[in-house]
This record gives sequence, structure tokens and C-alpha cells, in this order.
Amino acid sequence: MNTGQKIVIDPVTRVEGHGRITVHLDENHHVEEARLHIVEFRGFEKFVHGRPYWEVPVLVQRLCGICPVSHHLAGAKAIDEIVGISPGSDHTLTPTAEKMRRLMHYGQVFQSHVLHFFYLCSPDLLFGIDGEVESRNIVGVAMAEPELAKKAILMRKFGQEIIRATAGKKVHGISAVPGGIHKTLSAEERDYFLNGKEIPAIDTMIDWALEGLDFFKSFHRDNREWLDGYAAVPSSHMGMVRKDGALDLYHGDLKVVDAEGTLLQTFDYHDYLNELGEETKSWSYMKFPYLRSLGRQDGWYRVGPLPRLNVCEFLPSPLAQKEFEAFRAYTGGRANNMSMHYHWARLIEVVHAAEVIRDLLADPDLQKDNLIARGTAAGEGIGVVEAPRGTLFHHYKVDDAGRINFCNLIVSTTNNNTAMNRAVAAAAEDLMEGVPEVTEAMTNGVEVVLRAYDPCLSCATHAVGQMPLRIELYDAGGTLRDVRVR
Amino acid sequence: MADEVTFFIDGRPCTAAAGDNLVEAAADNGVYIPTLCHYKGHKPLGTCRVCMVRVDGREAAACTFGVRDGMRVDVDAPELADARKALIELLFVERNHFCPACEKSGRCDLQAVAYHMHLTVPRFPYRYVPFTVENFAGKLLIDHNRCILCGRCEEFVRRGDSKVFAMKQRSSEARITVDLALLAEMSANEIAHAVHVCPVGAILAPGQGFDTPIGRRKYDTHRIGEITDGRD
Repeated sequence: MNTGQKIVIDPVTRVEGHGRITVHLDENHHVEEARLHIVEFRGFEKFVHGRPYWEVPVLVQRLCGICPVSHHLAGAKAIDEIVGISPGSDHTLTPTAEKMRRLMHYGQVFQSHVLHFFYLCSPDLLFGIDGEVESRNIVGVAMAEPELAKKAILMRKFGQEIIRATAGKKVHGISAVPGGIHKTLSAEERDYFLNGKEIPAIDTMIDWALEGLDFFKSFHRDNREWLDGYAAVPSSHMGMVRKDGALDLYHGDLKVVDAEGTLLQTFDYHDYLNELGEETKSWSYMKFPYLRSLGRQDGWYRVGPLPRLNVCEFLPSPLAQKEFEAFRAYTGGRANNMSMHYHWARLIEVVHAAEVIRDLLADPDLQKDNLIARGTAAGEGIGVVEAPRGTLFHHYKVDDAGRINFCNLIVSTTNNNTAMNRAVAAAAEDLMEGVPEVTEAMTNGVEVVLRAYDPCLSCATHAVGQMPLRIELYDAGGTLRDVRVR
Repeated sequence: MADEVTFFIDGRPCTAAAGDNLVEAAADNGVYIPTLCHYKGHKPLGTCRVCMVRVDGREAAACTFGVRDGMRVDVDAPELADARKALIELLFVERNHFCPACEKSGRCDLQAVAYHMHLTVPRFPYRYVPFTVENFAGKLLIDHNRCILCGRCEEFVRRGDSKVFAMKQRSSEARITVDLALLAEMSANEIAHAVHVCPVGAILAPGQGFDTPIGRRKYDTHRIGEITDGRD
């Protein structure tokens, strides 16, 4: 009789969305296979059909409550092309419109990264993956490190306030319209972020962002072996870069490097269908994208903060650039494949986003009133941005009546599907290989590496639902032996 | 000028010119009676029935009554408020009203009235009948998902004496349609007027949605019951 086991973590906690992890152990308690199952389904790509094209940026952002700005702007960029506006063409956004959108976007990255690291992940670092369950949450952080928690909350608020000022409200704003933006940033709204009277000023945000980075670096110094080695997987990396090689989260080409950091390809995102394929598997609603040039087996890649810092040549803001240089020096200039270093890269991006926000707030273009541009209408549009969690693709076609009749989305987390599965398998091998019983600390350990990717599973499947995690342990005969549920 | 008369709303004496529309007379006396089909200064339609009150002991649509001396009107009675709310809920479940992605959000009378009534979840099941978005010659769209069949467009959007909009079919199959010959003659301002007349987001001008920032939309600055001259 086969006496192997299957461990199921359902739902996964402290990530956005609803997922399940299964770990199959053989009769000798060796890890045979580990999978991340995305069990929610939503269908945005279908029900957007028939809607007027100008509704898209507002409708599709409802995919997510954490990073709606990313969908709002990727959708808006795609719809811009339907009204004849495209970066690099004769008809582009006005400077005010592009800068307002950039301010919104970097505010979103700032708040989302802060939410992820301090609210969702810092409990694992502060208390350890085997710390008390009751403490491993933001309340536990507030009790143990009140000053850190207070700053984290105020930093997130700052980012949310930037979104409110640019999009109209903190979640699901409506300001990006086809060919531009429908509001400016008034002098009063700008000063709110500069004078420090009602909320801490942007300069304080930069200081606190550096403190957050120092917190991670200090932890890294004390836990180097674990952070460097835990669930590390070599992979290709993809991210958006400006023409001069700088990191750009709003617009640019897509660059891919291999696990060593060698350039594989750079391409215009309009060619994404030629460069990327998507594979489906029966056990997950989330697709598995791959680079066509490398094939289904070897073409998987990662996106998000870690790959972005692996593909760009520099960060166009001084304090973040200094931190970027230290980050790249740590791996001798080669690509960094250490999964837990997503946190490091993410916190460098927090500094960068704060610096970009500071520079944009000082730009007088934000008070000008040339907001909307028009070009020659087209029947198709593709918009891509670097969302907090990675590269986000929106692609639409419209009929003669201006109604959407085609929609394809590749959401950030989807790009990381294979990588997350491999990281989960690596973590399972680290923690569960040969153990007779699964402990809570072990299941949390598997979640820890998943969290490093900051997955948004609702977005990835365009799906609905809460985001708990369940781990099931099955024997080799398929009999359920143990379950741990949150 | 008609004689001024005294009438009573929930027992409180009010004054108006004899024959004044009851919804408008109530508003002039600081009492908000919800309505969707009524268009200030125009003849009453009485189609939505949301302005249901009790006039001298009988339930009636307020917009169809003119004020009389000594008239006694009940507005605030709980059973009347519940009946009005039920009518709004029926409109929400009959077709597909998704406020989050609607360009009329923030200036939609149906949404504003629902907020006014603290409507959260309808007591009736949604019908989920699929409706289409119809494009008329690239000049105007009708999203039948959002149409409440109030008839305002039919009555109050005209070129000369001719109606631009008309109702076709009946009951749950009823649809608003457009006279394409008249539509072809309509200016951008006339189309904007048609969009304005529609109390919901059913009549749309192509590509012009979401043009007003949050905070500056009609019902961002005032709740619907606070706009006493807002029966437009």
C-alpha cells in the first residue's frame, strides 16, 4: 500500500487573493511535487465585451482593490491608442496628463510596496516564521515595534493621498480618460504633500523609506544565510526599461535577462503576443506565461521588483541609485536570483518612488490645463505598465460602434506563476523533506516565500473572493491525512 | 397668478399657488419627495411612481397632483418610505445597474435616490437579463442595461414638435429607440441635452464619459434631497 502524503495549505494568508498550496510527499516523506493552485475565477476578459471603450479604465480596475491604479493606467494606455494617442508617435499625451498619471502610478507603487512589506511580510521577519501565530500580523508589529508600525501606516496613507489627489479617490478613481486626464493637481493639493501640516511631508517619506530599507538591511546582516538561500531559484527576469536603460514603471520597452544577467532580448510591448505564450494547466485558473524564444519548458521568467532591478541599468533618482548600486554589487553585477531579496528590491523601489513623487510635485506642469489629446482613431490598443507586482498587459480591440470585442490581460502575478510554483517546491523541500508531521511553522514557511512575490491572486485570475490558505497532507494513496486551514 | 393656498405635509402647514405640482410645491416648502421621471417645469409623466405619497388618505404619485387648499399629504410614513424604496429596488434588479463603472455615477438620479434611501441590498432577486449597448450612427448610444423606461427622453427631447426617442415593444421587452433621421440633424448641444434629460446612464454621447472629477459631480457636492430646485 502506498503511504505517501499530500499537504494542502488552503487558504494562503497575508497575500492578496485566494490560493491553495499542495505538497505531495511519498511514502518516505520525500517531497514529490508542490503546487500553487489559484482557485478563484472572475472572467473580466469576457464580460468587458460589448462595453464602450471609454469605460475600460474605470471598469477593469475593479479587478483589484490593492493596485487598481495599475489596471486603470494600463487600461488607459491601451484606450489612448484607440483614440490615436501613443507614446513616441506624432500624437502623445500632453505633459500635464502624462505627469499626473505618473504621479498617480508612483503613489500607487509607494503605498502598495509599503503595505506589502510592513503589513504583510514584516511579521515573518520580526517574529520568525515559527513565531506565535497570534503575533504574526500588523497588530503584532504595532505592539512590538510601535514606531515602525506608525510610520508604515503613515507612509501608506501618504501614497493613498497621492492617489486621491490625482485619481479622485483612494481606491478606484476615475481620472485617466482616453487621451489624457480630467484633472490637474491644484497648488493647494500640491502643498498638502509639501508643508507637513496635515500629513508628514514628502521629504519625511523619503527619510522613512530609507529607514525601512535599513531595517531590512540590518535583518539581512543578521540572517544572511537564510535570506540568501531560502527558496532561491535561478530564472530569467523581465521588466520595463526606458530607452537609456533606466528603470521606468510607466512606459518603456521590455527587457529580459537570463539567470546570470545576460541580455536575452528587448522588445516593444506591442509585440508581446509574438514574444510571450501562455500555457494552461488543469489544476489552476492562473495561466503560465513563457518566452516563446525559449519554449514552454525553459521560457518561464520572473517579474516584479527583483527582476526590475536585475534588468535596468540605473535608477533615475540619486538616493535609490546609491542603494541600487549596493544591491547590484552584492551579486557582483550578475542577476540576483534570491527569492527573499524581492523584499530588498521592493524597499529600494519605495525610496525611488518617493524621490519621483518629490520631483513631480515640484513640476509646474501639474498645474497646467492642457489635459486631453486626440489623434487618428484605431481599432486596437495595447497598454503595459510596471505594476507594483510586475509587468501588466492590457490589450483591447473595438468594433465599428466603439464597443470592446476583444480583451486580453496578462497580470503581474500571472507572469510569476511558474516561478512561484518552483519557489514553493523549493521551500517545501527545505522544510518538509522527511518530516512525519506538518507543523504550522512549516506551512507558514512555505507561505513566506510565496509572500516574497507579493502575489495578487485575485488580479491574476481576474477573480473574486477572500484570500485564505489551506494546506492538506495526502498519503501516496490519495488519502487525506492532515489539514491545516486559516 | 393663481391664488396661494395652504396645504399640509405630514401635518405641517405649507403654502403654494393653487395647482402647483405637488413634488415642486413640496420642494419649495423644504420637503423632498423622491422622483425619477419628473422633469421640473414640464408636464408630469407619472411613470416611475417613486414619488408615492398619501393624498387625502389615498396612495398616489405626487407628481401627478396639483396642490389644493387644505390638501393633506403624508410623505414620511414608514410604509410609504418602504414602498418608495421597494420601487427603487425593483428598478435595480430589473436591469443591470453597475454604478462602479458607470459614467453617470455621481450625477445619476437613481443612484442618488438609492443613497438617499440608504439602499444597500435589494430585497428582490436580480434578473440578470442580458441587454446590449446600442450605437446610433456614431452620434449617440443607448445602454439598455441602465434604462428605467421613465419616458423622459421620449417626452422632453424633441426637434420642433417631433419626438426623437420612442418606446418600442412592451413590458419587460420594452426598449427606447431613436428616430435616425431626426438624430442626424441633432447638434452636439442637442445630444448633450438628451444625455442630461436621462436621469440614469442610459443615453450616452460617444467618448465623453468620466469628464468630471470626483468631488465636482452633481451629487458629490449635494445630496439629492438637499437640492430643492433639483427636480430637473
